Amino acid sequence: MDKLLFFDSTLRDGSHAVAHKISANTIREYCRVAYNSGLYTIIVGHGNGLGASSLQVGISDEPDQDMITTARSELKESKLGAFLLPGFGTITDDLGPALDNGVDLVCIGCHCTEADITRQHIQYVRKREKEAYGVLMMYHMATPQRLLEEALKMQDYGAHGVILMDSAGSSLPDMVSERVKKLADNLDIHVGFHAHNNLGLAIANSYTAIKSGATIIDGTIRGFGAGAGNCQLEVLAGLLSKLEIETSLDLYKLMDMSEGIVSKLTSQGISSISLTSGLAGVFSGFAPHVKKAAIRFGVDPRDIFMELGRRKMVAGQEDFIVDVALELANKKARDQDLSF
Amino acid sequence: MEKVKVGIIGTGNVGTDLLIKVLRSSVLTCGIFTGVDRESEGIRLAESMGVATSCESIRAIESSPDLCDIVFDATSAAFHLQHAPVLERMRKYTIDLTPSHVGRMCIPAINMAECLEESNVNLISCGGQAAVPIAYAIMKTHPETEYIEVVSSMSSRSAGPGTRANIDEFTHINKEAIMAFTSVPKAKSIFILNPAEPPVDMNNTIYAKIDKADIDNLTNNIMAMAKKIKSYVPGYYVALGPVFENGRVTTMIKVIGSGDFLPKYAGNLDVISCAAVKVAEEYARRKIRKE
Repeated sequence: MDKLLFFDSTLRDGSHAVAHKISANTIREYCRVAYNSGLYTIIVGHGNGLGASSLQVGISDEPDQDMITTARSELKESKLGAFLLPGFGTITDDLGPALDNGVDLVCIGCHCTEADITRQHIQYVRKREKEAYGVLMMYHMATPQRLLEEALKMQDYGAHGVILMDSAGSSLPDMVSERVKKLADNLDIHVGFHAHNNLGLAIANSYTAIKSGATIIDGTIRGFGAGAGNCQLEVLAGLLSKLEIETSLDLYKLMDMSEGIVSKLTSQGISSISLTSGLAGVFSGFAPHVKKAAIRFGVDPRDIFMELGRRKMVAGQEDFIVDVALELANKKARDQDLSF
Repeated sequence: MEKVKVGIIGTGNVGTDLLIKVLRSSVLTCGIFTGVDRESEGIRLAESMGVATSCESIRAIESSPDLCDIVFDATSAAFHLQHAPVLERMRKYTIDLTPSHVGRMCIPAINMAECLEESNVNLISCGGQAAVPIAYAIMKTHPETEYIEVVSSMSSRSAGPGTRANIDEFTHINKEAIMAFTSVPKAKSIFILNPAEPPVDMNNTIYAKIDKADIDNLTNNIMAMAKKIKSYVPGYYVALGPVFENGRVTTMIKVIGSGDFLPKYAGNLDVISCAAVKVAEEYARRKIRKE
């Protein structure tokens, strides 16, 4: 399998979930914690992209270019991404300045039947020697053949990849596999998938996309995003690790971004504790007891869960939580002693 | 009655719609309908109506300058940049329907008289023709307006390849036009294409940020402006408002097309070609009077 690229739209799609009020401080802290997470790009900005702060869609708290410069000053490893819808942002007012301010990669989106309006912007990004990706939004509204025709136009304009966006979160796995496969079989560039969770299928659909030939997954930490939210990246990372599919992602790092930052902005998504419980294969009802034990003994609750899983504990064995926590605490103390 | 000859460069949606309107005019006639695509539907239609055609684009006019006194350019912004100096040299009164930003921006309901003194006028865009006059009426009523935003949506079918190739210029020039005509300190323009079948009608929503709106006065001024536009764009009407809520005045304009080249949903085509024909007719009347 080709190497998977993970596009993180948390600070862009998440903007929809909080009426476009993501602060510069949040962006700064998020980009700092994301260091070495293995995310290919972190996309920042208004939910509808550059130049979209408006009465029609919603006014951003922070100007686009301030969000970009803030993220730029913190991002060391992941590329800095932006999003633009032709008809909202323009080259002169928005895209040009964004590239001047250090954006490395731009996703140019349009309704899935209108790819020819992305030509100017994709070509402009390429002329500035940055990465450009086409995004076909509301992809469930077009046939596989039509999507292919539109994607081929984007490839022709110079896009490095085309991302199918399930903007309404209305697709079932069969639709995902049929459409992703159609593109993957016929394009020479990356094919990506951007899921929404309205039918509770964001993870399943993203996984299906990978199995069908997608090499880009666009999602968000905590699933933070419009409507029911997005493909929750740390959950997908957990799923892929369980499947022993190798990725660039650092699962604990993504969980830290989720718990440390994004959980403060939204009630969306699966908590890192629930995710770890699922990965470890431990009874879900253990969670509150594990959290208490972790605090009492000063250990990481995720480590407790993983150890409980390794010991194959079954429902009703909550007494072993303390046992495991104590053992981890003792081990931690020994490791600290040894390090002196 | 004597008629003034026009040349139309561009045989796509806009050019062909212009042709049909010109042929209906009492003061205009079409001397040449010229483009690059011999197979285009527009060329076939023109030939069937006995209009002289060419696929040599502007060169048809360069080689036979007597074909026309007025030229409509319905190609694209990049082409108009090449055409403008040629037409200037040939002293053709030029009405540019691309977002090239070369000539003076023209909205017949606002600055017709000044535009007749120019040699090249620019029709901005369909959204500009529909919404800028309303923004102008709002600003006349409330000069303290801080911000105006226009959202123009139209059917995908009514947006031809030229429009699509220039989406960035259209979005940009609309904002420039709102600011230039109204002097509002900040403006934004948003363009949306909708592929729904049956096709959606052209719609323009104008938002204005105003602290305290005098809604009676606003209504009077907006309705007066709409009436003025309706005199040359028959399908133009105020569909909603003005309504005031939360420091924001919302007005919605719909344009139903006359169904000349494209069906009635393509009001976006009509609003700009009607404006262009209006300018050409005024120019022609003046020319006939002088002669």
